[in-house]
This record gives sequence, structure tokens and C-alpha cells, in this order.
Amino acid sequence: MTRNIMIVGVGGQGTLLASRILGNTVINEGYDVKVSEVHGMSQRGGSVVTYVKYGDKVFSPIIDRGEADIILAFEMLEAYRAMPYLKKGGKMIVNTQEINPMPVIIGSAEYPENIGEKMSSKLDLTQVDAASIAKEAGNIKAVNVVLIGVMAKSTDIPYENWVETIKSTVPPKFLEVNLKAFDLGYNS
Amino acid sequence: MKKLLLGNAAVARGAYEAGVRVVASYPGTPSTEITEEIVKFDEIYAEWSPNEKVACEVALGAAIGGARAMTCMKHVGLNVMADPVFTASYTGVNGGFVLCVADDPGMHSSQNEQDSRHYAEASKIMMLEPGDSQECKDYTKAAFELSEKYDTPVFIRLSTRVSHSQSLVEIGEREDIELKPYEKNIPKFVMMPAMAMKRHYVVEDRIAALKAFAEETELNTVENNGSKIGVITSGVTYMYAKEALGDKVNYLKLGMIYPMPEKKLIDFAKGCDKVYVIEELDPVIENHCKALGLDVAGKDIFTLIGEYTPNMIRKAILGIDAPESASLEEQIPVRPPVMCAGCPHRGTFYVLKKLGLVVSGDIGCYTLGAVAPLQAVDSTICMGASVSAAMGMGKARGAEFTKKLVSVIGDSTFMHSGITGLVDIVYNKGTNTVIILDNSITGMTGHQDNPTTGYTIRGEETKQVNLIALCKAIGVEHVAVADPFDLKNFEKVVKEEVERDEPSVIIAQRPCALLKTVKYTGHCRITDKCKKCKMCMKLGCPAISADGDGVKIDLNQCNGCGLCINVCPFEAIEKEDN
Repeated sequence: MTRNIMIVGVGGQGTLLASRILGNTVINEGYDVKVSEVHGMSQRGGSVVTYVKYGDKVFSPIIDRGEADIILAFEMLEAYRAMPYLKKGGKMIVNTQEINPMPVIIGSAEYPENIGEKMSSKLDLTQVDAASIAKEAGNIKAVNVVLIGVMAKSTDIPYENWVETIKSTVPPKFLEVNLKAFDLGYNS
Repeated sequence: MKKLLLGNAAVARGAYEAGVRVVASYPGTPSTEITEEIVKFDEIYAEWSPNEKVACEVALGAAIGGARAMTCMKHVGLNVMADPVFTASYTGVNGGFVLCVADDPGMHSSQNEQDSRHYAEASKIMMLEPGDSQECKDYTKAAFELSEKYDTPVFIRLSTRVSHSQSLVEIGEREDIELKPYEKNIPKFVMMPAMAMKRHYVVEDRIAALKAFAEETELNTVENNGSKIGVITSGVTYMYAKEALGDKVNYLKLGMIYPMPEKKLIDFAKGCDKVYVIEELDPVIENHCKALGLDVAGKDIFTLIGEYTPNMIRKAILGIDAPESASLEEQIPVRPPVMCAGCPHRGTFYVLKKLGLVVSGDIGCYTLGAVAPLQAVDSTICMGASVSAAMGMGKARGAEFTKKLVSVIGDSTFMHSGITGLVDIVYNKGTNTVIILDNSITGMTGHQDNPTTGYTIRGEETKQVNLIALCKAIGVEHVAVADPFDLKNFEKVVKEEVERDEPSVIIAQRPCALLKTVKYTGHCRITDKCKKCKMCMKLGCPAISADGDGVKIDLNQCNGCGLCINVCPFEAIEKEDN
């Protein structure tokens, strides 16, 4: 059995650090793991998707439609876009931030309304104001670690093991803020 | 010890453990990280070469000189280096020589979807294809061994999903490989007709030997699950198939895709009632099977275009639909990549669009000048084509048309293959204007140094190519330097230069906003002087968007570059400290 976690967001939001923390934590649990991401053109403010898969043996590095156990979304529209990838009975965790894509900015498309309501009628949805929590932790840039905290609670990996990975992944001068951000997310 | 490594990092690790001494590459997604990881090993000489042809020749020269050597490139980079590649097949090697090519099925960041496996057959160079990071490391080590054993260059073929997926890799030690002695050998290394003809016999003998090797090597593995369905596949597609079909079918996984075995394939097919070939892009394995007279299914049920997925394979072979999931019931806006807030190219394209010029484009972040709302770029083909294609367009449509035509090319791309096009313009009496977008770095692939930055791949100071002196030396008499954020002056300079009846170059100089040395401060704010004319929205800045009938600036996105201040006709945008 593999566990499939998708991290989606907008290029520049810090999804890569989140996938690194997640990847390193599940390795320490002794699982086989694959983390797949796309670099280059898609990073320039475009949609970014990272797949993290772990289990006894992982073959495909990608997560297909209807296969994600958890989707961790850094932005509302990207959550909505990724929704078909969520397994029936899976869990969607979304940061309530909205970032307008270029077609909306130039007025050729509209940002969909009430994404939260539309998704919650179809699936198990947790909405998080990660920016406020990150601010409370001491740095708005810790949004990604707040979201990892919220997600960690939905896995069977113990709290301490996440903390260990954060300690080994994050530079010392940002450690205190990040540990606080993780804790606030975990207990939100 | 096992570590989670990117496929690209695992190739680098494999090369390191195999005792590689020289690695020369030009950056290109999805291959760039291989060479960036190589730099972390002090024992290896590494360089960013000006282009892939140079990189290939540097690495080949190192191999002839007795060292294990490697060059890494994206698929289209292989086209650039094709000339030395085909002849390296004839010379063979001395130290092991590995060429690592990364294809991009699905075109995540490329201008075409070419299948580089064709190059293996065309150049008669053996090719290995790993499917995960452990195989990336193992196959790279094997490639160096095979290169020396069979006296041949060896291709490693990657794809975006292999290059950019991390999986667990067992870390080993570096082998201590001595430099092989260098001996002058004219018949082997001087490829003039008489010698090359003899070498062609050597190449054909080598391919025959490698075909025999393909029958026995563990790179090509059969996995018999007692099924009557057989699947022939390779690389990451094997991983998709394995996930989709599990133990319900038998597998023949080809780790070596050129040359392919014959008997092994025939024997495998014999044991099955139905055989499928699963491979992304072109029917390379399928055609080989069909040439052997095997009845296989392939591109009749699988697409030639884009990436495959496990669901697609499960549906095609087992008839099982994708798992049910919530579907979107409305059209939602796409989120294409955009030029970053503060991007220097934004000023350039704003002016070019305003002047209504035809823009011959090139490969880099500035290709995004073709997307809305700027939509300033007319064509993008390949590295360097902005310059030479504009020359052809100008010759076709005449001098007056050329006054409405410019080429745009980045500093790194200009060094890569723009210079020769500019030489052509001067030599053959073109009257074109070329704008070199000098943002002080190779941007799109994630900030690599190049000959114009003054630093090597290891960050050591070096000679910096002087673009002005270079253009003048070629014979361009009019070389202007202008800041693309000073819109008024930039527009004036462009108007002047395109009007000339001689070649001219404009160096649009402003560094990439993402460079650590670039420190914009504060942010921009719309004041009550705003007349809602929305001129600022024409910039296509991700921080500026409509707010009712007015405009707002998103403070999280704005980095205070101030370009919008320059574009506002009513002085209604102000800079504010954070």
C-alpha cells in the first residue's frame, strides 16, 4: 500500500521546502519513497505540483486522477484544479490565500467564486488561514511549515519525528519560528 | 547508506563514483542539476560551456586524453552537438565517455517533444535508459565501464520524470581510476576519409558485439509472473506499467535500448498470447519488434504525444477505468508561467509592443514575452534563431520591413549561438537590429553563470566577455546600451537603431530581479491621482490587477521595482517603504 500526497501551489510559494520536509520524514520512518516535481518554465508563477509517495515499494513517481490520499494546497484555485486527483474519502487541506492568475489579472477570465463551499460539498476539506498562523509564529514566510503541521496531523507519523526532520532541514536561525509554525499548524 | 536523490543528482553521484574527471555541459531543463551536482565534488573539473557542441568536444577531448568524461544536455541540446557525436562514434574513446541526454515528454519546459532515442540508432552509439534514481546511478557507472570495454561513447537517456523525481539511492565510494596513457593514434582519431572508412567497419563490428551483449546483459530483465500477457517497456514507463498492472503481466524491461536484443524479445513474445509495447513518444521499441516479425500492440492503442500515466495503461490493457473522484463542474482559469515581478524583460517588451515591431524571439525566460497581455514576440524556434531568422526575414521582405523588425536574445543564448547569426548579418549586409537582453545570468534554468557574467561554474572570478567590444569586433558599428526600465530612453534608442541602414545592437542592461545582488526595496502604491486608465495593467505584472473599475497592487507580489511608476501617465503610483 502506498500513501499518496500531492502538494500544489503557485511557483514561488515555497512548496519545494514542504516536499523536502515531507520526503525526509517518511524516509526516516523506513519507507520507500518517491518525490516528483517539475522545474523550469512552470516555476515562473505558474501552477506547481509535487507528488510525494511512500510505502513498502513505490513504482510510479506520479500520482494519477483519483489516487491522492491527501492534497495539501497552498492556494484556493490550485486546490480546486487538483480536486479530481483526490481519492474518494481522501482529505484536502487548503490555505485560504487566493492569488490571481494572469488570465484573471488581465480580465480574460474570472477567479471562481466560493471555491471552499464548492469543494466542501464534495469532499473532506480543511481550510487554514496559514498566513495568520505564520504571522503568529513570528514570520509570514513560514506558511509552508504551518501547512506541513496541519497535514502531519492527518498522517500516522508521530509529532516528534516531524520535529526531528525540521531541525535537520531548516537553517538554525529560522528554526525557532519554524518549530512554532509547525506546532501551531499541528494543533490548529 | 541510502539517500533520497533527484535522478539528476544520482547520475552525478554515479559519475563521481565511476571516477569521472571532466564534465562539460550547457544548462537545459530537465538536465541542469546533473552538472550542478557534479560541482559539489572537488575532484572533478566541471564547466558550463558556451553551448552543447563545445561541451561535447571538451568532454570528448578529455576522454581521448585518457580521462573518464561526461557531457549532459536537454534533448534539443543534443541537436546542437550532433556533429561531434556522430564522429565520436567512429573515433571511439580512450577514457570512458558518457553523454547524458534528458528528453521532455509532455514539454514541461521545451520547444518540442523530440525522442532522442533515434539519435542512438542514427549515430550507432549504445544507449541506456534508467527508470529511477538508483538506476540512474547504477547505469551511469555501467556506462563508463561499457564505454571503455567496447571503445564507444555511451548515451544515458533520461526523461523529465526520471531527472526530476527523487528516490532512494545506495551511496558508494569513488573508484580510483587512473588517467589512461595518451598515445598518438592517427588512424583512430584523425577522421579523414581514408581513416574514417576503416573506422566505419570498426563501428559495425562494435554494434554486432553490442547486440550479442544485449542478449545476455542484466540491463535487460525478464520478469515472468506466469501471465499470458507480456509487456515490453523501459525507463519510467516501466514504473508506470508496474504500478498499473502489478503482477498481472510478464515484463521485459529494456535497460539498454540501443542496440536492442533480438532473441530475447522473440523468446519473451513466444511465451505470451498478447504482447504490448509501452513507450512514451515514438514507436522505437515497437518498430524493432515488428521488424523481428513479432505481433505486438503499441501505438495503435497508445498515444504518440505527451506523458503516460498508470491510469492510462491500466485502462488500455486491463480495461479498468480510473478511480472515481470529484470532477470540476466549471471551466477554471489556467495559470500559465509569467515574467516575475521586477523582471527586466517586461520593460523591453512593453516598448517593443508599443512601437508595433515584429519581434524575432529566442529561448529563455523572455519567450514569455509572447504571452498575454504583452504578446510582443512573433516567433521562437531554437537557441540563436532570433538573430539569423530575422536576417532571413529581412532579406525576404526588404530593408523597409527590417526597420520594423528586431531580434531579442538573452546574454547566455547570444553566447550560445547568437554570435554566428550576427556575423552573418554583418558579412552579408543585413540591416537588422539585435537586442541583447543582458540580465547578467542564465535565468530560465535557474541562474547559471556564463561567459558574460565574469564567474565560472564554481563561482571563481574569470575573464568576462565584453559584449560591446565583441559586437564591434564583428563589425557592428552601432552598439547602444540602454536600461529597459528607463522606458522613455529605451524607446528612443530602439527607434533610432531600427531606422539605421546598417546592422545595430542594443544591449538592454538590467539584472534579473531574482539575483541575490538585486535589492529592490519597498513597494508601489496607487494614489488617489489614479484616473483608472489601466495603462499599468498593460505591463502584465503579476502584482497589478483590476479592482472593480480601478487597479490594485498586491503588496505580497510587488517587489518595488518601480516600472509601473514609469508607465503611469498621471504620476498616480508612488513608491512606499515597507
